[in-house]
Order: sequence, then structure tokens, then C-alpha cells
Amino acid sequence: MPRPAAWTVALAALVLSSCATASGAPPKARPGAAATKALPAGLDPVARQDAFPSTYRPLPSAPFAITGARAYTGTGAALENATLIVRNGRIAAIGEGLPVPAGLETLDARGRWITPGLIDAHSHLGVYAAPAVPAHSDGNELTDPTTPEVWAEHSIWPQDPGFNTARIGGVTTVQILPGSGNLIGGRGVTLRNVPARTMQEMKFPGAPYTLKMACGENPKRVYGSRGRAPSTRMGNVAGYRAAWIEAADYVRKWDDYRDKVSRGEKADPPRRDLGLDTMAGVLRGEILVQNHCYRADEMAIMIDIAKEFGYRISSFHHALEAYKIADLLAQNGICTATWAGWWGGKIEMYDSIEANVPLLEAAGACGVIKSDDPDLIQRLNQEAAMALAAGRAAGLEISEAEAMRWITSNPARALGIADQTGSLEVGKRADIVLWDRNPFSIYARTETVFIDGAIAWDRRDARYQPRSDFDLGQPGEGAR
Amino acid sequence: MRRLTPLAAVLALFTTPPALAETLAITGGRLITAGPQGTLETGVIVIRDGKIVSVGRAAPPPGARVLDASGAVITPGLFATGSLLGAVEISALGDDLSVDNPQIGAAFDLREGLDPASTLIPVARTGGLTSAVVLPQPAGGGFAAHEHDGEVSGRRLTAGGGHEPRPNTLFAGQGAVVRLNGAPDMVVRGGVGISVAFGATGAQAGGGARGAQIAALRAVFADVRAFAANRSAWETGAYRELGLSKADLEALVPLVQGRTPLVARVHRAADIRAVLRLARDEKLRLILEGAEEGWMLAREIAAAGVPVILNPITNRPDTFEILGATLENAARLHAAGVTLAFTAPEGAAHRARETRYGAGTAVAWGLPWDAALAAVTINPARMFGVGDRTGSLEPGKDADLVIWSGDPFEPLSTPRAVYIRGQAQDLTTRQTQLRDRYKDLGGPLPPAYRHR
Repeated sequence: MPRPAAWTVALAALVLSSCATASGAPPKARPGAAATKALPAGLDPVARQDAFPSTYRPLPSAPFAITGARAYTGTGAALENATLIVRNGRIAAIGEGLPVPAGLETLDARGRWITPGLIDAHSHLGVYAAPAVPAHSDGNELTDPTTPEVWAEHSIWPQDPGFNTARIGGVTTVQILPGSGNLIGGRGVTLRNVPARTMQEMKFPGAPYTLKMACGENPKRVYGSRGRAPSTRMGNVAGYRAAWIEAADYVRKWDDYRDKVSRGEKADPPRRDLGLDTMAGVLRGEILVQNHCYRADEMAIMIDIAKEFGYRISSFHHALEAYKIADLLAQNGICTATWAGWWGGKIEMYDSIEANVPLLEAAGACGVIKSDDPDLIQRLNQEAAMALAAGRAAGLEISEAEAMRWITSNPARALGIADQTGSLEVGKRADIVLWDRNPFSIYARTETVFIDGAIAWDRRDARYQPRSDFDLGQPGEGAR
Repeated sequence: MRRLTPLAAVLALFTTPPALAETLAITGGRLITAGPQGTLETGVIVIRDGKIVSVGRAAPPPGARVLDASGAVITPGLFATGSLLGAVEISALGDDLSVDNPQIGAAFDLREGLDPASTLIPVARTGGLTSAVVLPQPAGGGFAAHEHDGEVSGRRLTAGGGHEPRPNTLFAGQGAVVRLNGAPDMVVRGGVGISVAFGATGAQAGGGARGAQIAALRAVFADVRAFAANRSAWETGAYRELGLSKADLEALVPLVQGRTPLVARVHRAADIRAVLRLARDEKLRLILEGAEEGWMLAREIAAAGVPVILNPITNRPDTFEILGATLENAARLHAAGVTLAFTAPEGAAHRARETRYGAGTAVAWGLPWDAALAAVTINPARMFGVGDRTGSLEPGKDADLVIWSGDPFEPLSTPRAVYIRGQAQDLTTRQTQLRDRYKDLGGPLPPAYRHR
């Protein structure tokens, strides 16, 4: 499914500017803001969008080759006797039976499988960290139904032991989202799943920010039970629309201000608003909407709201009824991030089918298997296998190589990082999982997980088995 | 991608219900009996009147209807253990397993509230499950929310301020074994165990500390023994006052006499040790449920002959009671000689069909395959007193079995047919109906016009 060109361009611009900031260069001025007189630090919404810049540095690595593997490339292809060459943390070559340059360290992977590093498009690791004590409940700012001003990254505890167990399960990239108690819950962030002291050390350089929105029961229950809006689904919708009107007005005020300044007129800048900054980022196409929404009819309404205010929904999350409107999701180029086997927790989760993602696939829509759960994140491959089996039982012929996209390149697309990771293709980050057998087998375990070409986990080498600070001195010492 | 011939046509061959008193011989499959006959690479299983007549290599008896299962794998029907099946439909609407009534604790018998028409039951069957061990959920210690968009579950909401409600009762009630045929006769056996939560949850029932709960339980057991020995005096008011309602006293007599097991939901190694001591002192039959840190005292558990119900995938330190949780728990306990049964996430209800995947994951983390199969078949059957009826493929047992397309633990294997007491089960579910209604979105009329 092709993206709208304008959106791609906006995204590329953001990637460039973020990278530049992360490397210490001064932020590039935005087009149209060239003549702006500098506002005092902190008052210009676009001067320093990257206020918490990534300090991610890949783990140490050396060039190497993997030979003799079977590969699911994440593009939908399967390779036999695959050779994969990694240099400078990037995939330098991949193909069947390629020669390996003399002297290159080589990992003989005959009898084993390689896949891209898995990407979890929906996680609360770090914001609902283990142990799940009340003080670790940092994912839902349930003080107002509209909180675009909060950022999940400010709640992330990097010592959550769940990052390590997720990595053992092959997850190399993860989107951390705020919860779904609010209509607009705040910014999400995409992380490299490396052990780190700070959130910034995990932040995926250049990955677009995301905005969590939520439909349905959660917001109306949380606020309705307090005797305030929203208490109904129609109240939810009024809430989204009111918020977008505010955002549009904020954009207008800043545009007016910049126009006046560029004409040399005296102008008073609007007061910066953190929440509206985020929503304006969505309207500019720089921040990707990740919309929690179970029911088909509600998703259709959210699509119309997006059109009313001129933004795009990148993906619907949970979306257990996506199969009912697979055609609509395909037409609108919206991904669906869901499970195979979860249902029945609430009435809006009642119409789940295991074949949700396969039916989306059949309709030409983008299907993603995600976890929303620190246990399931360790076994995304199993959940994808369940969905695949359900698709086959529904009479669809789907290959394992195609199904691998649901946990690699499709989530990469939903997160706006498909140019960086999610497939084994030349030039991409060398995020690679070496499996001891076909990853669609229940018995499959990861042997080695590479992130940017570096060993981040190795089953047989204790030097590459990181443990959280929390696990030290505890029973079992974090050997999970 | 292209469309295949619907599997339904193939499945129809398997699922034709047998006529009354018909003899059915299933031939050609790999028979994994979970019983004394072990695995027969190609075996014949003969079924009549809902029972297994024979398991072996002999030719089908004359007159039998023969079902060729060549290339398939046949196992006993699987058990969902520690399950909520039949007692929950929509988690947020509550279940029928949790009681907060000072008069009715041990006397709470959940079988009275089970609903064979629950839509969860057909869904569970599609995971090869034919039986469930339904256990009561301790108030304040159960699966309080079951809500897994993971963010605004009740647990998360309360997580901001305070604790779960304090349970009023020491005893959560009595469990039952059910067959998943969705029929009014679904209860196979009731009163199969009395559940008690220990650790942090039990501490609340005891008034705030673990030691207080143990002391309270010891006092109750003494009262129950006194009640059993002095019943007529107690009835006439000629005996001292006892600490429980009559219903609870009655219900606990088989427990203190070692006839009904205590099902102890307990997690931390130190708490497991305390429960083992309590059961030894009080001469109770004991089953551990949870036991995430069980591996740390595997030999003690094995020496006490205590079986364990666990979820094989629990490996994160989600509470301070399971800091030592590991995916190798099952393998280590088994290696020490502990008998295992497996539960599945969130009370093996909506996700009961993941029981087989948990078993497979335990194998990946070191448990022998046969031990994993036993943990979802014969072991729970024996632990809960129905091992003479089901749980393995043996002559004389109920014909509860599954014909699989391959290894039953593999997600890419599917049950081709599920038999309960010799009856081929309908593998249609509310979910497959929805799937089939929406599979092709074209057509002149809205989907609402498509139903069977």
C-alpha cells in the first residue's frame, strides 16, 4: 500500500532534523520560519522539538557474516542457504549462497533460521514496569480525558526487567505507548531494545513520535464514573473533535504570528502549549496517530474525524473487529495492530476472531501482531503462528514468510521506521534474530539477537545475557 | 495468496456423529495414550457407547465404522486446569467464582453456577480441550480484572491508590471437574478441592499478616475436627461455639480428614514452605497452585508428594512474591519428581486454548515432551479424582480424545476432530461464524443476512 507522498516527505524531513539534533548540530530552521526572530528558550514550539534527544549508541560490533541459514526476510520472502553480511551495523549483503569475503568472521547457521529483529508496535514496558506495584503505574494520566501534553518516555523505567525478557524473545524495537484511559493519552516513543541507564540511551534515532488516542469503553468508563465527560461514546467523539479544533486554532495562531514576523510586522507570539504542540505535530504529518479502538463502527467514525481535521491514522490498536471493515482499512492505508487469541475481557472485545490479521491480509490491508503485554512480547512469533494457522483454517493460503511480516516489516511501517528496520534488506539496520528452529514452531528459541549488528543477547554466552539492576541479589538473579 | 478449498468439507468426514451403540474404530494415527501403553506409532482405538473399548494394533472389529486417521496424531482430550470456563462470559461483567460472604466460604460449591451454554466452551474445544478443572477465585486474589488492553483494567486503576479489597473468608470454595461438551451433564465431579490463597492475599484474609492467616487456619482445622467428633452436642448447643458457619464446618470435614485436597494458591518460596508445613502438621492432602518459585524447593515439594498446578509461561517478577519466576520452573520441578498440571493465562478461560502452547513452551525450556502432555491430560485428571474416567487413552475410560493434524503443541497443528464421551464435537464457534460472515465483504446484502 503506497503512502501519500506528502506524508513520506514530511516524515523524511523529521528524520533528518532529529538525526541532526541527536548528533549535536543546531536544529534546522523550518521552512517558513526562516525570518523568525528567535523566541526565548522554551517558548518556540518548533525550535527544539527534540527536547529529549536520543543518546543511543549501538553496542560494540564487528563486521560478520551469517551463512547457511534459512531466512524469512520480513519482506514476504523466504531464502534457503542464506548468506547475510553485516558491516558498520548495517546489512551489507543478503542472498542465497553468496560468497563470503575472505577474513570475515562467519557464523555457520546451517539448520537454523534468521529473521529481522521483531518489532512490537504496542508495549507498556517501562511505564507499567515489573514488579507491578502501585508506584510503577505510570502509563495513564487519568486526571483529564485529553492529555496530549504527556509523553510516555517520561514515565519509562529502563530497569524494567521486561525489556530483557522481550529481547530474549527476539524483540529489537518496541513502541512504548501511554495507556488507553484517555481520549488523547499522550505521546508514544519508539525504542531500540538495548539495556540502558536512561530512556534517551534507548530512543530510536529519528523515529517519529506517536500519539495515543483511545475509543470506546475505557475513557467513558474512567470519566463517566467520576460524573464528568465523556460518559458515552458520543461524548468521546465530542471530546476528540473539541481537541482537534483547539489544535487547528493553535496552528492558525502560530501561522499568523510567523506570517506577521516574516512581513516585518510587530507580533506577539502565541503562548506555547505542550499538548497542542503534539497535536499540531500530528496535523503536520510528523507525529503518527496510534488509535486504540476495538469496534468496527467506532473505527469508521475515527477515520471520518481524521478526514475532518486533516490528519492520518497510522494504525488502529487492538481492533478486534478490524476484519469487519478490512476493505475500509485497506482503502485508507491504516495498519491494524492486534492479537490472535485475546478476547472477551469487555463487551467491546467480544467479536474477536483468531483470523483477524489473515483476513486483513487477504483484503490488502496492513496487519500487525503486537503484544500490549510483557508476557506475550516474549512470544510474538507464537502469536503470529496462531494467526497464521487461523488464516489457513479460514481457507487462505498464507506462507510463513508472509506471516513473518506481521511482526517485522508491517509494524515498522506502522511506526514510520520501515526505511530503518523490519526487514533483512541491504542498507537496513542489522537487527537480526538467529533462531534454533523455524520461529513458527512452539519449540523455537532465539540463539542470538543482534541489534545494529551487535550481539545484544546470546543464549550460549553469559557475556551477552544482560540483567536488570532490579534482578541483582534477588532469587534466581534474573535468569528467566 | 489464493483461496483454498474450505477445510470444512474435509472436516465433515471426521465429525459425522456416530449412531447410537455404533462401534467406531479410528485407525492409522499415531496414538499418544498418556497411559501405560505409551505411544503407538500407528494404532487403532475402538470406541463404543462413549467408552474406549480397546487401544492397540489389532484390526478394527467387524462391523465397526472405520475412520482413517493416517498421518494424524491422536491424544487424550486436554484439560484446562485452574480454569474459569463455564463461570465467565465477559470478564468485566464478573464471574461466578468469587465469594465474599462470611457465612459461605468452604461451602461455596461453584458447580451450581456453571453455564454449559457459555460461548467460551466451544472456543476452548478448538484448542483440543475436553475437560476443565474449574476452581474458585479467592476474593482479592483472583484474576480481578481480566481486561487486557493492559492499561485501564481494574487492577491498573486501583494501582494508583490502595489495595484490592480484603477477602472476608479464609476459604474460596470448592472446585469441580467439568467436561466441555456444553451439555447439562457437564459436571463430572464436584467438591474436588477447597481453594485457599496464601501469601499476600491470604495475609489479608488473616487480618494483615501471613502468620495470622496460618494461625487462623490451624484454629479452624481444630474446630472442624471438634465439630466432626462432637456434631450432635454442637447441634444441640451443648458444645462450645465454633468459628465458622455450619455450612463451612460441614464442607471442611473431608478436608481435615485428607479426603479432599487443599488447593493452595501460593507463589513465594517461603510461603510454599509454610504451606507444606501446615499440610504436614494438619495431615492434609495438598495441591499447590501457582508455585512460581517452586523450583527453589523442588525436592521438598517432591518429597511431600505434592502436585503442582502452574502456568509455564510465567517468568517475570510481576510481584514481590515471584521474583524467582523462570520458564524453567516446570522442567526443574519435573526433574525433582514433582507431578505437574498446567494452567493457561488469565484463568484458562477466554485463552484456555493456549493451554497446549504453554505445554510446548515448557518443552522448549527443558521439560520432556511426555511430561508436558501428562501435565495437560492424565495428571490433572488424577489430581482431581477423575483419573479413572478420563485423561488417557485406556480401555474403559471415557472416549475423550483429539485427532490432530500434527504435534498438538504446535500452533500450526489444528484439531481435526474432538470427541467427548465418544461424541464428535461441533468445532463451529461464535468466532468461526463471525469469520465466515465477514470473510468475503462483497455481495449485494449486508453481512447480517449471512448466518447458518
